[in-house]
Amino acid sequence: MSTVLEIENLRVRFRVQSPLVALLKRNEDPYIDAVRQVSFKIEEGQTFTLVGESGSGKSTLALAVAGILPVADGSIKFNGDDVTKMNSQDLMDYRKQVSMMWQNPVGSLSPRMSVGGLITEAYKIHGLKDRDREVEASRLLQMVGLPKHFSERYPHQLSGGQARRVGVARALALSPKLIIADEPTAGLDVSVQGEILNLLNKLQDDLGVSMFVITHNLNIVRHISDRTAIMYLGRFAEQGPTDDIFANPRHPYTLALLSANPEPDPETINKDRIELKGEVPSLMNRPRGCEFHTRCPYVQENCKEQKPAKKQSSDNHSYNCHYPLAGS
Amino acid sequence: MKDVIRRVAADPLGLMGLCLVTLMVVSAVLAALIAPYDPIALNIMDRLQGPSWSHFLGTDQLGRDLFSRVLYGGQVALKVALVSTGVSLVIGTVLGMIAGFGPRWFDNVIMLFFDTIRSFPTVMFALATVALVGPSLSTVIIVIIVTQIPTYGRVVRTQTLTIKSSEFIKAEIVMGASTFRILTVHILPNVVGPLLILASMDIPTVIALEAGLSFLGMGVKPPTPSWGSILNDGYTLIRITPWPIIAGSIPLVLVTLGFTFLGESLRDQLDPKLRKSL
Amino acid sequence: MSALPTTENVLTIRDLSIEYTTDRGVLKAIRNVNLDIPKGSIVGVIGESGCGKSTLISSIIRLLAPNANVPNGSIEFEKQDLLKLSEDDMRKIRGARLSIVFQDPMSSLNPVLSIGRQMTDIQYRDKKTMSQKRQRSIDMLASVGIPDPESRLKQYPHEFSGGMQQRISIAMALQAEPSLLIADEPTTALDATLEVQIINLLKELQSKMNCSILFISHHLGVIAELCEHVVVMYAGEVVEQGTTKDVFRNPTHPYTAKLLECDPARIAQKTRLLPTIPGEIPDLVSLPPGCVYKNRCDKAMEICDSKTPSWTDFKDGHFVSCHLVEAT
Repeated sequence: MSTVLEIENLRVRFRVQSPLVALLKRNEDPYIDAVRQVSFKIEEGQTFTLVGESGSGKSTLALAVAGILPVADGSIKFNGDDVTKMNSQDLMDYRKQVSMMWQNPVGSLSPRMSVGGLITEAYKIHGLKDRDREVEASRLLQMVGLPKHFSERYPHQLSGGQARRVGVARALALSPKLIIADEPTAGLDVSVQGEILNLLNKLQDDLGVSMFVITHNLNIVRHISDRTAIMYLGRFAEQGPTDDIFANPRHPYTLALLSANPEPDPETINKDRIELKGEVPSLMNRPRGCEFHTRCPYVQENCKEQKPAKKQSSDNHSYNCHYPLAGS
Repeated sequence: MKDVIRRVAADPLGLMGLCLVTLMVVSAVLAALIAPYDPIALNIMDRLQGPSWSHFLGTDQLGRDLFSRVLYGGQVALKVALVSTGVSLVIGTVLGMIAGFGPRWFDNVIMLFFDTIRSFPTVMFALATVALVGPSLSTVIIVIIVTQIPTYGRVVRTQTLTIKSSEFIKAEIVMGASTFRILTVHILPNVVGPLLILASMDIPTVIALEAGLSFLGMGVKPPTPSWGSILNDGYTLIRITPWPIIAGSIPLVLVTLGFTFLGESLRDQLDPKLRKSL
Repeated sequence: MSALPTTENVLTIRDLSIEYTTDRGVLKAIRNVNLDIPKGSIVGVIGESGCGKSTLISSIIRLLAPNANVPNGSIEFEKQDLLKLSEDDMRKIRGARLSIVFQDPMSSLNPVLSIGRQMTDIQYRDKKTMSQKRQRSIDMLASVGIPDPESRLKQYPHEFSGGMQQRISIAMALQAEPSLLIADEPTTALDATLEVQIINLLKELQSKMNCSILFISHHLGVIAELCEHVVVMYAGEVVEQGTTKDVFRNPTHPYTAKLLECDPARIAQKTRLLPTIPGEIPDLVSLPPGCVYKNRCDKAMEICDSKTPSWTDFKDGHFVSCHLVEAT
């Protein structure tokens, strides 16, 4: 299997003060790091899921991989070429091979374009004049299980689930190698969440496309993901094969997330429930030492001062913690 | 678009607006056919007559038929309205979109430009222009274009700024759409709605502006009839006969009402939040 | 129509129907709904998009849209029918005996007033001095877990994080010690770790103040953990009601059963094909006769096409509206 995407030591920063204000306040570093020292790989035909809560930096990471955010440090290598250093020609090629599904299903569709126009727009943008747009629109709609006449509908006439499928169809237009899916089930009722996930799984099985899924819904991760990473304050707290992460979480934050999911079964009392204290610290005031120490239920003295080194257990399961939880 | 017009026609206010506007446009365009007299034909014998079957609105101090003058005056008003609104819309929209979507420094420059124009009182600006190039219809049109550009430009800029951060614009960027494509295909159509409403509400202002400038003698040169010049003549004659002033006012009032009703109805139909039923 | 004895209820809804007059016709948003909230209990409402929960809430607090119409039904709250009260009397109840927390805390919080100002403002009914009201606000904020409340009174809502804003909304809702708190998806917008905190907070406050809570959510796990009783709504009708244990362990209505099946949290085995409920809810303007769920039901019978099932107590307070139960 070849590596489709390789991210190494990625850092994405945002400026929080204008140069003048920074000068006046003697702030030498008027930036916040939304993504810091992130490294991971996505193999061909695999699904890599990024789990994190608000403020973790997951959306920023997705946008950086999509190539619309400037990167301060590190590299994003797609089939060996660094996206952050591409010229506009190569970047256009990259955009043909990597597409994105957005969190807001209706809001990510241009309101005045018909569904048919939206899903085949990529052909227009990349100058593929030989494609018959009507034929392609029908083909794509069929792939996502929508009837042909939907081609004439407009975004405001679609339900959330239908709009999501249109988003998938649009992402598939140029037969990409990698699809980035930002919260694919957000806003969907439980009874239809399965439809989108089943669709994504089937497309992956049929077309061999890799997927980079971003979500805060741990419940769905197990069923769609090969590898999972848990993100906190812009860093990966833990990363590894999904089954391993669920069976042997090593970082306390991972365990807290897993146990935060109430079981829909009133008979089981969640004995291992970990309630995290406090809230996510501001990115402008990152805690010293291990950045999770302010909320960690197992915090020890040296966690407050020393940054944990990256540890690794077998088969590519890595985590950053001084006192990782015992594996079973 | 057709749907919108249908809805506007269904609304009583909109219907009235549409009728008045159509009336004005048709009467101006067909003035040559409808006008019973030549608007500049002198007929001193019949001067200062009140309304009658031969002169619907009476005659002015030179015996010219006021009704015909009003009809031909409509041509001037229409020309001014269409040309100046059209040109300032296009320029304002282009500048507004670039200001909203482009780099910050460019936005600042354009806003400075807009604010400078807006800080000039219109009449002063008109006087200055007339002093430079002399009074004529073109002068009026140029003055109006320049003063209207910031009006449309600001609205377009604000709309563009709002739409710029929408998720669908991000989606277009990720797909590789060029800035030109994004501006023309995705931003422009979403900006046009409020613009149409603004333009239709602005036309009476523009027509009144032309009438005002012509009234002050800075617009069309006599003997070309313009509603403003009819008013001017009527103003000097007001102690003798009220009819010329009435003749000049009627079209202005009707046109203002017509476009205002039309604009309000358009706004009601295009803004889903104001629609009455669920 | 049999139901739980109403003497022990704080809220009793009987046979409530609500319609909206729209361009396309009369939309029957809620039809013949029965709901019981016993004193001092937490009742959950499970429902997906279009089930009518927003309309239900709006009808309880009597803030229905102008084109709404109540053809039949009663809402008995503390021995008064809320539908028959004058607007003045209703205003005395809202915020004092009956209060509400929304999904978006900024629906309850005024962005231009400080928190302290808002919390003392809503005490306008009390004849206390300003400093007493201030102290009460501080106590209330402390009880919902806002750290250092005294110093934060002068801050504005945007200076608090989402989780904190929700806590403040809860503090404001409970300040007058209402008999019933309606919580409309209060945790849906929050991350899982924050959701856990809010659930525990609600549990604690409820037992301290002995108020009743009507908790609306589509998150089955949260309902199972928090609520003693649960009501399942579908397309404007209540299809099942009972204790959470009963309904989750023995879901009797096919919709409830399917819904529980679809929740990925209940699916222990990793699977590439998640269950879904195919189809969509019917058009509530032109409702076909018979059972509203029949077009999506895998157990539909002939009678379901023509006759609406009746509300049956089939086992000690476990109610269901389904022909399958009537048959036995």
